[in-house]
Amino acid sequence: MADQNEKPEAIMELDGLDPEAVKADLLRVYPIKVARKRSKQIVVNDVGHCDEVPVISANARTIPGLIGQRGCCYAGCKGVVLGPTRDIVNITHGPIGCGFYSWLTRRNQTDPDASEDRHNFITYCFSTDMQEEEIIFGGERKLRKAIQEAYDNFKPKAIAVFATCPVGLIGDDIHSVCREMKGKLGINIFGFSCEGYKGVSQSAGHHIANNQIFKHVVGLDDTVQKGNYKVNLLGEYNIGGDAFEIDRIFEKCGISIVATYSGNSSIDAFANSHTADLNLIMCHRSINYVAEMMEKKYGLPWIKINFIGAEATAGSLRKIAKYFGDQKLIDRVEEVIAEEMPEVEKACKEIRPRTEGKKAMLFVGGSRAHHYQALFNELGMKVLSAGYEFAHRDDYEGRKVMSSIKVDADSRNIEELEVSADPNQYSPRKSSEELKKLEEQGVTFSDYEGMMPTMKNGTLIIDDISQFETDAMIEILKPDIFCAGIKEKYSVQKHGIPLKQLHSYDYGGPYAGFKGAVNFYKEIDRMVNSKVWGYMKAPWEKNPELTATYAWD
Amino acid sequence: MLLRHTTKDIKERSALTVNPAKTCQPIGAMYASLGIQGCLPHSHGSQGCYAYHRSALTRHYKEPVIAATSAFTEGASVFGGQANLLQAIDNIFTVYNPDVIAVHTTCLSETIGDDIPQIINKAKADGKIPDGKYVIHANTPSYVGSHITGFSSMTKAMVDYFSSSNGQRQKTINLIPGYVEPSDMAEIKRIAGEMGISSLMFPDTSRVLNGPMTGHYRMFPAGGSTIKDLESTGNSLGTIAMGRTASLAAARALDAKCKVPYEMIDLPIGLHATDIFVDSLRKMAGVNVPESLSLERGQLLDVIADMQQYFYGKRVALVGDPDQVLALTKFLVSIDMCPVYLVTGSAAGKKYQKALEEATNDVPHEVRIKVGGDMFLLHQWIKNQTVDLLIGNTYVKYIAKDEDIPFVRYGFPIFDRIGHSYFPSVGYRGGLRLVEKILDAILDRKDRDSTDINFELVL
Repeated sequence: MADQNEKPEAIMELDGLDPEAVKADLLRVYPIKVARKRSKQIVVNDVGHCDEVPVISANARTIPGLIGQRGCCYAGCKGVVLGPTRDIVNITHGPIGCGFYSWLTRRNQTDPDASEDRHNFITYCFSTDMQEEEIIFGGERKLRKAIQEAYDNFKPKAIAVFATCPVGLIGDDIHSVCREMKGKLGINIFGFSCEGYKGVSQSAGHHIANNQIFKHVVGLDDTVQKGNYKVNLLGEYNIGGDAFEIDRIFEKCGISIVATYSGNSSIDAFANSHTADLNLIMCHRSINYVAEMMEKKYGLPWIKINFIGAEATAGSLRKIAKYFGDQKLIDRVEEVIAEEMPEVEKACKEIRPRTEGKKAMLFVGGSRAHHYQALFNELGMKVLSAGYEFAHRDDYEGRKVMSSIKVDADSRNIEELEVSADPNQYSPRKSSEELKKLEEQGVTFSDYEGMMPTMKNGTLIIDDISQFETDAMIEILKPDIFCAGIKEKYSVQKHGIPLKQLHSYDYGGPYAGFKGAVNFYKEIDRMVNSKVWGYMKAPWEKNPELTATYAWD
Repeated sequence: MLLRHTTKDIKERSALTVNPAKTCQPIGAMYASLGIQGCLPHSHGSQGCYAYHRSALTRHYKEPVIAATSAFTEGASVFGGQANLLQAIDNIFTVYNPDVIAVHTTCLSETIGDDIPQIINKAKADGKIPDGKYVIHANTPSYVGSHITGFSSMTKAMVDYFSSSNGQRQKTINLIPGYVEPSDMAEIKRIAGEMGISSLMFPDTSRVLNGPMTGHYRMFPAGGSTIKDLESTGNSLGTIAMGRTASLAAARALDAKCKVPYEMIDLPIGLHATDIFVDSLRKMAGVNVPESLSLERGQLLDVIADMQQYFYGKRVALVGDPDQVLALTKFLVSIDMCPVYLVTGSAAGKKYQKALEEATNDVPHEVRIKVGGDMFLLHQWIKNQTVDLLIGNTYVKYIAKDEDIPFVRYGFPIFDRIGHSYFPSVGYRGGLRLVEKILDAILDRKDRDSTDINFELVL
């Protein structure tokens, strides 16, 4: 325990410890420069009267050798954003590894029978398998041929090409190859310059994916779909069937989804998505760019929603209903919530006595570390610490700080598209008076409050947590459950503490919506109360002293 | 259908790989590095590489896979990664304190042309490498070879950096186990031990990637080849290298560097390959084969004989890494099965292709072989004429499900089952496990497909 003499104001407390002392413990072994940098990325939360929070350094360069969670730009672009779209042949242009590792490893469920052509290429991995010869003499010829072979074998309606590290270095112009082959084959073909070294994490890849989809796909099909309340669901990747659960709820409410970006998605839906009336943002980090650009070019506003947690789901549905302002929808949403909640409440009531007061930590992604806190709160659990893997300051502190975010060299290299209202396709969905009125009613547009204002004072916010800090946090605070990803799972569990994967859900789910909440409650109950964590010591370790020989009688 | 776009119609492809049966060099180097005690593998490239490799190895082993990265940015990609690697070395020794950092390169750093030995020397000169600690390296460009090449290169690096000869031959025998599982490495060592032979094995991932749960996490577990053992390999009587594509480079290097002669054999998979391994050990060490091993051999033979009717004539498709595919093919042929489709993802040369052809000479079917092929092609062959059994890694289950073919998981990666880290498939006991798995798959299918009338109790 650190001394508390110098703290005249309310004492910050983290599960009985001084959070500043815990922070100091995390930094102690680091070389000075590393400690200085990390000290800005580890912040003791302190929420002010107007939800102002301390500044955290995020989206900063990864420190070589420190061992963290992050992946690369390619992973964010091909793996995360484009991977879940079933009817595009995604060709990785590069050596074999990148395509191989991003092959089916993210659990994006899809229902090919929902499209007329029933195309599904998610189960396939396409790569140019670049060899030394192409590194030396250039890979454009092989790429051109690979596109042709993909077309000959699969007859897809679209082909996307993803550049890996060496492609950028040797200067292959993937975009001109794509343009040429698009002209030749008459299908949509486009490229992503998402070389792994770009940006500081997956986040750069999300941005590049957003840009290219917006440039090459969105707006190509003006067909107005049927339905009174048409929305796009952005930043929902249908891990473990989350999007299916949200679809179920929407269908019940009478809300129709034009496109989901990009779980269970089809390129046709993207092309048509500008005809929706509202964009709903689930994962703010990975997809806010498309929402911003769609608003400017086509006039549909966006709101932040969250379908992780039963209360959050109900709140998000109400927000959507309020936006459309139709009493019929407002009533229907209330009916649906009333129908769905009893089962959730029953499960929660049954499980909560076993989870109440248990301690959780979440270090994952760019939105999940925030969203999943809702579920832990519903279970009566305490979140001691949380942080993102690749988020930016706005995801921590809220979008209100966006104007003060300094654009560094790594971010400056990621293209910002110049977007303006389309002369033909722009139509504002609401007048500025209507928007203002909605704002007054509490429907905030183009806004995300961020994670920190929703967390308790004294909790530790850690951006881009390292392996060392992970181990130290476990040793110091002994959480009952730790949430992260596959790379962290087994080292954390060797400590004797269960790790819940919040990328892959440990192959379970869905966790979104009402049914998802029940699944999650059960899952956390199983994990924190499993008998297995009590078996670390063998009987002879518990009682090592030798006693007299046992007799059998 | 999972692979609904795969058709019978085979079109020549020369540029597009579809559903690869290999991955890139660095992951193999990372795996090999984990077989050195107290070693932290380090990926000199952008952070995506190590994230992907760690994820893939973790999914396969369900164990912590710790490694570090140089985390190249765009700047480093233009100006070179020296500053990043120097910083990484300093941070790693300060924060994690391994005995060895094993650096492998990536397509990124290789394309730029970073000179790793020069950077290591600079780190040394700058005092960034504490006394008694080591930084070693292997060049593993992802655009050459496959994960097997990377494994081979890092194994060779162990010789290049550590093996030394003091002119005094010891009675030890070096074992280079090839790209096999931790359980296999332990089994290879056990067999040598059973024969009373003192062996030095490298790399050795047993007790690293199949470690216990104790409630205390150790970043550097008890397993792995020690530096002392690696140094001593230069004084051994000889080396037995298993699996040409993964182990020959290191064996040759040791011969060239320390005049330790080597014998190059197949991976000891199945009866005959294990016979060859045991016999090589016997001759090299000048020992007798103990009764205990003869017993194991006899047990394997007994099971093969007892269940021979279920193997006989079964058509098998096999996809995987070259050394495994060759040894397994020979084993399958030896138990009267018919390996008819053979695919390796890694290219392994004409001699290798010829060895496969020779191994399947007597198979009474048309045998299709593709060295440096992919699973899409394998699936197309199966669409044209099916098989009774599929053997390959987890990705093969998509073909098995679509085509409703019994399936045995074997190779890397296996993401959806456990066992491979604990139960070997090499040696006589490993042979028993393979035979059991093959029989389980075939007989479960027989039971499933039996009618109520011909459903059998005893098989």
